[in-house]
Amino acid sequence: MTISTLTRGGAQREQQHCLRKMERVIIAMQDPDIGLKMRNQRLLITVIPHAMTGNDIMEWLIQKYNITDEEAGHLGGLLVQYGYIYPLKEPRSLILRSDDSPYRFQTPYFWTSSRWPASELDYAIYLAKKNIRKQGELVDYEKQNYNLLHKRINHTWDFVVMQAREQIRASKQRRKADRIVLECQEQAYWLVNKPCPGAFDVFDLGPERCNVLNSRVILNRRALVRNRVKSSICLESFMKFCDQYHQHDPIMSGCLPSNPWISDDTTHWTINTDLVGTPTRLRVERWSFSFMELLNDCLGRREFMTYLEKEFSGENLCFWEACEDLRHGESSKIILKVEEVYKTFLSPGAARWVNIDSKTMERTLEGIKQPHRFVMDDAQMHIYFLMKKDSYPRYLKSDLYKNMLSKAIVPQETKKSVFPFMRRQRHSSPSPAMVSQATEDNGKAKGAGPAATNSGTLS
Amino acid sequence: MRFSISPEMATQEVQPNETLSNLKAESDTLKTKLEDERAKLHDVELHQVAEKVDGLGQFIMKTRRTLKGHGNKVLCMDWCKDKRRIVSSSQDGKVIVWDAFTTNKEHAVTMPCTWVMACAYAPSGCAVACGGLDNKCSVYPLSLDKNENLAAKKKSVAMHTNYLSACSFTNSDMQILTSSGDGTCALWDVESGQLLQSFHGHAADVLCLDLAPSETGNTFISGGCDKKANVWDMRSGQCIQSFETHESDINSVRYYPSGDAFASGSDDATCRLYDLRADREVAIYSKESIIFGASSVDFSLSGRLLFGGYNDYTINVWDVLKGTRVSILFGHENRVSALRVSPDGTAFCSGSWDHTLRVRNGQMCTFTHFCFVLQRLGKHLLCSLLCWLSFIRSSFPSSTKMSIHHGFY
Repeated sequence: MTISTLTRGGAQREQQHCLRKMERVIIAMQDPDIGLKMRNQRLLITVIPHAMTGNDIMEWLIQKYNITDEEAGHLGGLLVQYGYIYPLKEPRSLILRSDDSPYRFQTPYFWTSSRWPASELDYAIYLAKKNIRKQGELVDYEKQNYNLLHKRINHTWDFVVMQAREQIRASKQRRKADRIVLECQEQAYWLVNKPCPGAFDVFDLGPERCNVLNSRVILNRRALVRNRVKSSICLESFMKFCDQYHQHDPIMSGCLPSNPWISDDTTHWTINTDLVGTPTRLRVERWSFSFMELLNDCLGRREFMTYLEKEFSGENLCFWEACEDLRHGESSKIILKVEEVYKTFLSPGAARWVNIDSKTMERTLEGIKQPHRFVMDDAQMHIYFLMKKDSYPRYLKSDLYKNMLSKAIVPQETKKSVFPFMRRQRHSSPSPAMVSQATEDNGKAKGAGPAATNSGTLS
Repeated sequence: MRFSISPEMATQEVQPNETLSNLKAESDTLKTKLEDERAKLHDVELHQVAEKVDGLGQFIMKTRRTLKGHGNKVLCMDWCKDKRRIVSSSQDGKVIVWDAFTTNKEHAVTMPCTWVMACAYAPSGCAVACGGLDNKCSVYPLSLDKNENLAAKKKSVAMHTNYLSACSFTNSDMQILTSSGDGTCALWDVESGQLLQSFHGHAADVLCLDLAPSETGNTFISGGCDKKANVWDMRSGQCIQSFETHESDINSVRYYPSGDAFASGSDDATCRLYDLRADREVAIYSKESIIFGASSVDFSLSGRLLFGGYNDYTINVWDVLKGTRVSILFGHENRVSALRVSPDGTAFCSGSWDHTLRVRNGQMCTFTHFCFVLQRLGKHLLCSLLCWLSFIRSSFPSSTKMSIHHGFY
């Protein structure tokens, strides 16, 4: 199945945005006051007016947008590829050379946005003109296209040839310079619209996207009465977050002992595995950033569980984990799980009874009569905030946490090797698809992966 | 009550006798009122608050791995939780699982359709989900038995009426969230293929989605061709918040690591930051010289950097707080279609229509840092010299001298 790339609608809409922006750049470049200085260019024995050099284009872009050489070359190259500027020498090579190669602006008549998609009839006339003017001037892929078109629109072929002859006759009556300019413009247009196979295709846009309308009145009504927070408070929180996590961001602050992607040494990953014996200092510090950080880390959660057991409130975390398992687990096991949770945590005299307020308990028990995935949400939320407001801050002040912090290792930064070009061997690691899930005790529901039938070592 | 619309009215259904023109008029007035309300609490801009934060030095980003093996445009990619494996999908229907660290291909699946626009790695690392023009999302358990045909174990989970644009597992392998060209998002149970919840509200194709990292873990965002970014409640299926400031299709949305904001990349060549509590757009990341749309965005681990992959083959790196561009990266030879930062933030991977994926990372330029240190060192030396000079020329006690020169620091 092929995707039609020349369809209207969404694809055209996507094109229009960047084309309009490119056109604004082009128009600015041609501004008499702030634009490029154009001059006459000698092409063989004819003089072509209003040309500029590749170097001029680069300089103007660098100056106008305050960008580097590389970026200006890239942007200028795109302007050429999309047909807004065309080269006079070597017209088939649509690249921007930053030397004194001559370039001209394409006339708006031939802009990609105005004449897109290109019509088959126009293309046939163009190829016919080339063929008539000079036999053998058509390149391979153009000959192929010519033959294809001849077959496809054979019924109007007389019209095509007549038009071609008429246009050639009209052009003969023009001045040589004008004629050459028009030929260059037309050629440039077709090079962009019907590129050589394998060359960059401007119209390669991806699958088509479509378009539709509806009433947003209800949504807007609801939005009007929502509570909003002042910008200054919200934005302040971003500063704090970025600052707090700055040391933990490997791209900002590097990582110890070294970034595996740079040094090919996976120590950083091995010392940070889920259930490592002694965690790193950064990792333990991170547990103090928020309750969610502590719970999301297997090791942190295990430590917290140990602490709660000491305080005889371990059932809170167990209950929370069971609720998570219910929420994210298989649909088929919901009823079973709800029963389990009720038996273990909620029923009067349960083995691990959790202390929820009476209203929530009432609501939950009512909901259990028709069990569904979210029936424990209220109770889970209650217990979560209980742990967050009460147990979590105390854990952070506890000896258990403080010991963990002091025991935590700070790996030494690997010194850069004396022979940096000698690459370390990159070791593969066992695929998670292989690792047994029986050891996971964090309550998260696991996938239906097959048990490891290891057929040998991975390369 | 300050507001002219009461909460009761907010939940009222649209009355059946309201004509289309009345609705349009009301919708427009509400929109203006909403903008006014949002503006009332907007007392400061992000870059103003960020003035007191240190600027970032120059970054040197290098490509550390290039993954070659796809025979056609790479459309999507996702990291595994083990921080080194990647799944990627391409136009020719191939889905490949790589160990990006060694650049070895570990699994390959050929989908029965072309343009596999979405792929995702399961949290357990034991399965991958993918889909595209087949309008479905299928889950493939990853088997290590080389003789086993992965396609045989395929499970068809989601079924839409138009192409699948994005998919993501929720907190477990058991549920998948999908977005589609049919204008809806949906939550599915993997085991049974049952539809758990559907999300209607976009007026055109939905192109992207992202799950919230927040505590309650119950919301997600989506962006679409209607230029809107919507925040959804997974449980009720309702759209909680909506943002419409982009001028063209939104190709990518990604939550800020704290979950209080999200960034979006659009065909209008800008990336924008939206704050969920302030309920407004708070930053625009754009430059006049950037003309082509952003196809994919992601944050670094601390949220300080925003990486954007663009349709002009480049990756622009933005300072989220200051709003300036930190770096522009070249290297791909066609548009960048997918970009994700690894789960531990050690690197980021970009997939492109040039058939390759590149894993890159970088560090702040040591030279600039060195200059800064040298500058401080220079001042320190100058201080010490002046102190020594004044000491031998006057009879001031040394402690006072030190305090005079502390001004330098």
